[in-house]
This record gives sequence, C-alpha cells and structure tokens, in this order.
Amino acid sequence: MSATSHAHHDEAGQAPLVGSLGVDSRKLGLWAFIGSETLFFTALITTHLIFYARTKAELTASGMLAHLDPKHFLGINLTSVLAAILLASSLTMVLALAASKAKEWQKFRFWLLATIILGSSFVLGQAYEFSHLYAEGLKLAPQFVYEGETVKSLFGVTFFTMTGFHGLHVTLGVIWLIAVYFKVRKFPASPENPMDVELVGLYWHFVDLVWVGIFTLIYLI
Amino acid sequence: MAIAEHKLTSVSPATASSGSFPWRTWLATVDHKKIGIIYIVSAFVFFMLGGIEAMLMRVQLGAPNNTFLSADVYNQLFTMHATTMIFLMVMPMNVGIGNYVVPLMIGARDMAFPRLNAMSIWLFLGGGLLLYMSFLTGGAPNGGWFAYAPLTQVQYSPTSGMDYWILGLGLTGIASIAGALNFIVTVLNMRAPGMSINRMPLFVWMNLVVSFIIIFAFPTFTVGSIELLFDRQFGGAFFNPAQGGDAMLWQHLFWFFGHPEVYILILPVMGMISEILPVFSRKPIFGYSFVAFSGVGIGFLGFIVWAHHMFGVGMGPMANAFFAAASMVIAIPTGVKIFNWIATMWAGDVRLTTAMLYAIGFISMFIIGGISGITLASPPIDLQQTDSYYVVAHLHYVLFGGSILGLFAGAYYWFPKMTGRMLNERIGKIQFWIMLISFNVTFFPMHIVGTEGMPRRIYTYEAGMGWDLWNFIETVGTFFLAFSILIFIYNVLSSLRNGEVASNDPWDAATLEWTMPSPPPSYNFLHIPIVNSRRPLWDAKYPHAAGDDHHGASSAPSQVRYEYTDEETAGAKDIHMPSLTFSPMILSGGLTIAALGFVYINKDILGLPTRVAALGFILIGIVMVAIAIRGWIVDSRKDSPYLGQHH
Repeated sequence: MSATSHAHHDEAGQAPLVGSLGVDSRKLGLWAFIGSETLFFTALITTHLIFYARTKAELTASGMLAHLDPKHFLGINLTSVLAAILLASSLTMVLALAASKAKEWQKFRFWLLATIILGSSFVLGQAYEFSHLYAEGLKLAPQFVYEGETVKSLFGVTFFTMTGFHGLHVTLGVIWLIAVYFKVRKFPASPENPMDVELVGLYWHFVDLVWVGIFTLIYLI
Repeated sequence: MAIAEHKLTSVSPATASSGSFPWRTWLATVDHKKIGIIYIVSAFVFFMLGGIEAMLMRVQLGAPNNTFLSADVYNQLFTMHATTMIFLMVMPMNVGIGNYVVPLMIGARDMAFPRLNAMSIWLFLGGGLLLYMSFLTGGAPNGGWFAYAPLTQVQYSPTSGMDYWILGLGLTGIASIAGALNFIVTVLNMRAPGMSINRMPLFVWMNLVVSFIIIFAFPTFTVGSIELLFDRQFGGAFFNPAQGGDAMLWQHLFWFFGHPEVYILILPVMGMISEILPVFSRKPIFGYSFVAFSGVGIGFLGFIVWAHHMFGVGMGPMANAFFAAASMVIAIPTGVKIFNWIATMWAGDVRLTTAMLYAIGFISMFIIGGISGITLASPPIDLQQTDSYYVVAHLHYVLFGGSILGLFAGAYYWFPKMTGRMLNERIGKIQFWIMLISFNVTFFPMHIVGTEGMPRRIYTYEAGMGWDLWNFIETVGTFFLAFSILIFIYNVLSSLRNGEVASNDPWDAATLEWTMPSPPPSYNFLHIPIVNSRRPLWDAKYPHAAGDDHHGASSAPSQVRYEYTDEETAGAKDIHMPSLTFSPMILSGGLTIAALGFVYINKDILGLPTRVAALGFILIGIVMVAIAIRGWIVDSRKDSPYLGQHH
C-alpha cells in the first residue's frame, strides 16, 4: 500500500515525501489504523475479563476456586518463553530499522531475518500451546474439563478467540516482514526502503505490545 | 505510459454517452472522482432496494390483520431495510460524495491512497452483494439490524441469513475502516498550501470527524459480530445465556458502535448543509469555528451515550442517569449548529434553489427528529416509548428528514460539478415539495400510533386498536414518497442527456471544487491553488469583500485560477497520476469469496460436500488475495512518489 502524494508535484519538480502535516502519509495512516486496532483488542480482552470474573465468582461461591481455577491450564513457563521471544523480536526489529536507515543492508537482512524467525517461533509456540490445551480439556466450548470435572465456563471460548486473533495478527506481521525482506533484497537501492521497514516495525511493535497486555492481564494477574 | 495518458482525458457527458462504455477505465480506476460516482450509483441502487422493502412492509401494515406478507418474510424485510439504508445507502452515499468532493475542496490531486480507495468501493459492493445473496439462498437475515442476542443464535435463527449478515457487514466494515483511514490521511496530509485546518471547508471538517468516529466505533462491532459468528458456527456461547453467555454484552458491543454510527450517518450531511446554506444565502457561514467544533463535540459525546438504547433492559438508576445526562448534552452542540445555520440565512440574500430548499427541509425536519430524540433521552419517557412506533418516527425524522433530505441537497448542489449538466430546477422543486409532504404524511402519524401503544417490529395488528386509519395514511404517504424518487430518477436521466450545460461555477460558490471545469479533469488542478482564506473562490471573485472574516483570512489574496490557456492545458500530460490497476478489485473479490465460504464452513446443510465447497471458496479467496497483493505492490511501485520518476 504505497501512498502517492501528488500535492504540488509539478511545482516542486519532484514528489514530496511528506504531506501538509509533515508526516509520511503511510505512517499517518498506519498510526490511525493502530488506534483502530487498539479498540479491536480492547473489546476482545474486555470480553475475556468479564467472563473470567464471572467464572471466578461462581467457583468462589461454591468453594471450588482453589481446585478448579481455569488458569491451571495456562502453563506460565511456555508463555513466558513466548513473551520473551516476542519481546526479543521487537529488539531485533529496532536493530533492523537502524541498519536500514544507515543503509547497512547486510546487517539489515540479518536482523530482519532474526525478527522473522522469532515471530515464526512465537506462532509455532502458540500452535503448540493450543493443541496442548485442547488435549488437557480446554476447548472452544462453553465448558472445560479439569481432573474429570466439567465446569460450565466461557473461559475456553474467550481465551481462544482473543489469543487466536492476536496470533493471526502476528502471522500477518510475519508475512509482511517476509514481503519487506524480499522487496528490499530485490530493490536494494530504493529510497523508500527505510520507510517500508519503519512501517512494518510500527505494526510489529504494536502487536508485541498487545501481547504484553494479554500476558499481564490473562497469564500473570 | 499509454495508461496514464488515457486517464488524462476527462470524460465529458457527450463522449460518455456515445460509443461503447469504457469499462476498463472504470473497473480498474483509482481516480477518486470515478470511485465516488461508483459509490453514489451503487448506493442509489441499494436505496431503491431498501425503499421497495419499506413499501412491501407498508402495504402489509396498511390494513389490520393483513396477510400480504408472512411474519417471517416481514422479519427479513425490516432487517434488510434497516441494514440496507444504514450500511448500503446513507454511509456509502456520504462516502461517495466525500470521495468526489473532499480532495477537490482541499486542493489535492487524489486521495492519499488511491488503490486503497478502489479496494474500499469493491469491498463495499462485495459485502452488499453477499448480503443480498441471502435472499436467494434460503432466507435473508431476520434478527433486526441490531441483531439482538439470543434471537440471533442458531436455534432461533436457523437459516444462514444471520451468517450472511455478519460476513457481509464484516466486508463493508473493512471497506469503511479503510476508507476512513484514507480520509484521515487525505485531509490531514494532502491539503494545498495555505489550506490550514481552520480554513478547511466544513464538509471536509465533518468528513474528518466522521472518519475518526468510524475507526474507533467499527472495531467493537467487528468483535461483536465475530463473537456471534463463533456462537453460530464454532461452538462459542458469547451471547447465549443458556450456556453461560451474556445477551447484554452483545447490546453493549453493538451500541458502542451503533450510536456513533448515527453520527456517521448525519455529520457528513451536516457538513454538506454547512456548504450549501452560505452559497445560497450569499453570506459566509455564521460562526465557522462553532460549527466545526460542535461537530467535533458531537463526535466525542457520541461515544458515551450508547446505553440510552438500552434503558429498557434495566441497567439501574445510576447508569440510566449518566447515559440520560450525556445524551441530553448532545443537544447543545447540535443546537449550536442549528442556530448557526439559521443565523447564516438571517438577513442573507437567500436564493431558493432546489438544493437550498432541501437544505432548509433538512433543518426543519431534523429539528423535529432532534426534539423527539431529547424526549427519548429521558429514561422514564423512554420506558413508555421504547419499542413503539414513536421510536420509528424519531429515527426516520433524523435519518430520512435529516440525512436523506440533506443528501438530496448535496445531489442538486454537486450534480453539475460531477456530470457537467444542471439538474432541472423546476422538476427539482416539484420533487422537493412532494417528498417533503409525503415524508410527513408517512412518518408523522407514527408519533401518534406509537404514543397510542403500537409496537414496532410487528408484522400485523388487530383492528379496532385506534391505529387503522393512521397506518392506512402512512401507507398512502409511502407511495407518494416513492413517486418523488421516480421524479428524481427522471430528472437525473433527462438532465444527463438534455440538461443545461454547467459552467465551472454555476452557483457562484466559494470553495475550490468550483474553480475547475465541470466535470474536472482526472488530475483535478492544473496548478495547485494557494489558499489564504476560508473562501478562496469568493476572494478571487470579490476582492473588495475579502478579509471581512478576520479569523480565516490573511492579507494576501488566495491564488486560485479557473481559466487556463490551451498551452497550459497541454502541459497537463506531464502530471503523473496513478496507473489503472485491477489488483484492488481482485483483492476485494477474493475476500468476498472467502467470506461466502465462511458462511457455510460449519453448516450441516448438505453434509460433507457443503463443507468441502466452503473450504474451497476460502482457499480460492486466499489465493486471489495473495495474487492481488503481489500485483498491488508491483503497480504501486510504478507510481511511487519516492522514486520521483517521470516516464
């Protein structure tokens, strides 16, 4: 999605890279999109928290919370590793952007490739986690089975929907990263390369930040 | 660059009607003006479909105990009528006119993202067609446009109608968000030199506000409808209380979007009115800043009033009091606008053109709808009136008396710019009076029957309730309303052929779009204007009156030109415009086909073959999207502003 700023194209002799606000058009659009996405994830996370609080209240009332808290399913070890992987990918993304701005394309390719690998590892890790949870008894269904007991709760439904849509966003981010990788490899001298990298980086950091929110609210607290 | 040259030929009405239709330049277009026209024409087609649905319902309700329609068909019709009018008529009509006019008003050559713009129109059409496909495949959605849970769960809505609704609106939702991002960036980043934010025409202002509302309101609707899809197809129970879900959650997610949505429908129209009134009153808008910032205020407040649609469900006195107070506060910025419009006309040299008549009609009818709105903002009154025809009267006064009359004002005002021909004023005025009167005949009695207790969303009623006569009158009114639409269609078709040829500036207007030929060339401005006031064209025409508004004008006059020598016009071929591309259409087609697959992904209709076919559709859709993205990148590279090339 390339912006075409035609404003005073003919007067200036060449197209300006920034518009009347002094920002690259694509960057402005992406920031607005991130604002929109924030509401998207807020709605998903809120849904999860509402139903989790309800399940917790019901289990507390029946004195079963210690035994049947659905959070028993969520292994903190694996998800901590996943969180570390995603955080590390944000670091490699920053390094890739710095390298692209310095036009050090060798370095850039290394760091972008590292980001792609870390991002893919996160997706694979999440796929593993999902299949593990399914085997344990947490499914996309309004009840879960824990140690032979069936508990009526939307925990599985809201959890898989929320983390699934986050995973989808990470997957799309990986595809975008790969596209940028190949584009820069094909056109190494293109003047818009640093902006292409910056844009995918913005999106990548946002998706990472959402994970920080989900990890804190759902796994830690 | 044969393609780029082709785009430079502006299509005059004469050449458009002779010879074969230039399909390629329309289907592969990225020109904001052509895209705007596709939006407008398709929204008008959906307007007629929604109108036919309304008339069928009115025939059914014209007499008590009528058997013209079954209850089920009636449910499908009222769901599709509202869904069509909101998502497929008023929204895209606003977007279409905005698409055409906003870049012209701010002195830009196109939208910021022309290809994304093309994607929006095709995605909107894909979503609309998907919705209407449901009529042919076992039944249209029948749970109301608000889709209240748990009525939309599979056991109560067993046809695929609601799945079509979820996915069809999902597609138009993506189109709307993409379009809104495009407007935000265009308005903020593509303004001509000197066109500062506080000099932008008010129509541009309102489009900016609405774009922000769209990007923040639509995501919760998307989430809500995805959750509903999970309920219906993937074993969720978000909104099914029997399985631990929560029907109220749907209402909150839906109305958090649904209330801002009504401002999405009305604010651009208020922007149009704010352009039309000054031109035909021969006076600058009264209180420009107040009109602009009251629009911003309405945009903000619109996000904290959603639960006034839910007084009937019993949220408790604290929540009711908060949402009632917030809702009443909205009357302030709205009232500010109304008084500013009236003050604009006050002591002006008012010319009662058809556009002006419609603008005044808008103000009058919107006041009635606004006042009934204030009554509904009060919980004790709302509890009496909710789910009655009083609400139907209210919403039609703001959305038909407001949005649609305003859109007709915009149509008569900008038709000459878009087509190069004037609409017939005499026919237009006849049409206005028939429409205004029949609108009131149709909808005013709904206040009365509503207050007398007639519930909405019922397919028939017993005789002798005191509603018979009013319902009959309403039905008669509908036919005159339809007749006025037919007059409009006749006016458009005959004017396109034989209408008076429009000059650059037939209304003696103040904004930049009137500096260009009608219709404008594909590149819009030969020389980008330099703007030094809120009314650049009036400054150029009436220099002695320039600068009478100290807030908007600087001492230097605006530099706008509307006459060019042939030599200069010949130089237009050096202006590089984005190339034609089919990629946005392929991408939208792919998403639509994939959405159709998702409708049937988990359906037990014909067993395994259905699921295999559904999965096939999804895969085909994904492949098309992938191909389109690749083509998109290749095409966008041709026009990249970073490369600064002039092939």
